[in-house]
Amino acid sequence: MNLNMRIIESLSREETFELGREIGKNAKPCSVFALTGDLGTGKTVFTQGVAAGLGITEPVTSPTFTILQIYDGGRLPFFHFDVYRIEDIGEMEEIGYDDCFYKGGVCLIEWAEIIEDILPENTVRIKIEKDHTKGTEYRRITITGEL
Amino acid sequence: MSVDILAIETSCDETACAVVRDGREVLSNVIYTQIDMHTEFGGVVPELASRAHIDKINYVVQKALNDAGKTLDEVDAVAVTYGPGLVGALLVGVAEAKAMAWAAGKPLIGVHHIEGHISANYIEHPELTPPYLGLIVSGGHTHLVVVKDWSKYRILGRTVDDAAGEAFDKVARAIGLGYPGGPKIDREAKNGDAMAVHFPIAHVNGSEYDFSFSGIKSAVLNYLNHAQMAGDSVNRADLAASFQKAVVDVLVEHTVRAAKDLKIDRIGMAGGVASNSALRAAMEDACSREGFELFIPSPIFCTDNAAMIGVAAYHEYMAGVRSGWDLNAVPNLKLEER
Repeated sequence: MNLNMRIIESLSREETFELGREIGKNAKPCSVFALTGDLGTGKTVFTQGVAAGLGITEPVTSPTFTILQIYDGGRLPFFHFDVYRIEDIGEMEEIGYDDCFYKGGVCLIEWAEIIEDILPENTVRIKIEKDHTKGTEYRRITITGEL
Repeated sequence: MSVDILAIETSCDETACAVVRDGREVLSNVIYTQIDMHTEFGGVVPELASRAHIDKINYVVQKALNDAGKTLDEVDAVAVTYGPGLVGALLVGVAEAKAMAWAAGKPLIGVHHIEGHISANYIEHPELTPPYLGLIVSGGHTHLVVVKDWSKYRILGRTVDDAAGEAFDKVARAIGLGYPGGPKIDREAKNGDAMAVHFPIAHVNGSEYDFSFSGIKSAVLNYLNHAQMAGDSVNRADLAASFQKAVVDVLVEHTVRAAKDLKIDRIGMAGGVASNSALRAAMEDACSREGFELFIPSPIFCTDNAAMIGVAAYHEYMAGVRSGWDLNAVPNLKLEER
């Protein structure tokens, strides 16, 4: 049992957004969040909350196609990755990931398991899951690591 | 005197280079993934990762010059996409363009990627001139803009979550069609009933021309889930057709409403999703019903390509716009900031 593991239950998009916002508000420089969850579980909503918590006002859109979106308008630079389309780790070098992970900003990475080998030690893992026995809106959010 | 521009595009997956004359005539248009490698090299070559631009760029640039029958000295300017996009990918194109322009003593012109997509229509439609309404739909972008003048834009609406093309990719993944989702759903949908399932069209509070595709995606996933739990079989073609209709309907509805509101009667569609057959058909229907004129590029100019960058750069060139040697990649470059 990991002592740094917490489970939060969300009953709506709004609650998922709020949780993201709290995490964004308190995020320290060089934070890395690895976010996992199936399609449609609310990864984008959660991420929009983190961005709002950082004080970013421009719309946060999905980076699936562009792999990385950078937002400079908040308290700290925000790097939003979706590495689903990364085929090998070398591509992350080309993207310049180390400039994002270690330069004082906040990183949030979707499908982070693909780049497990290069995730820093301080990575906080956030898993969002549905449980259909508890309704379509229910989400179980498991956070592992030190916030 | 004609103006020939060498243009480079490396903002995402495609390594592309083109030579364009006077902003209309495409002398060459090279996209790495579309080169017949077997014919070019006479044998099997190792497949390069999709974004390994640095390994391909010199070859692609040289081929574009060769195909156009030009040398670097004979072109009038070098243009390059400098944003938005993936920073590492953009940097390869920007560095290449700067080096070539510097070495040959040519002016350098930085171009916005979406401005490139919009400009693709000028290649085959010389009669199209601003002002008109532009709908840019691709894997990474969904923008509804007023093209006020050459190189002058006002954004009316954009996606607040997923891009239209991305919704296609994600739904294709969920229903087991694989990547790339756009063409696969398009094909599958031809055998399906678009009225089989009703997916809601999401409206974005407070911004009448914005788009949201995340909700349609979730509705498809919920539908699949319910079917699975109830033990019902799912007709994939019907689902693909119904989903596609929901996306197409909202794109057409917003575009037509904006055109009416602003009293604009010409519409230019662009970007990879502009190749979708259902979107083309629905937009053509709506435009002929409303008496609007519709312009869509051929598929080769809808996908990411450098010819469109050369076209956009021509209008910048004629307006006297030149980039400095400090031109840098700007991953989140805004269209209206230029």
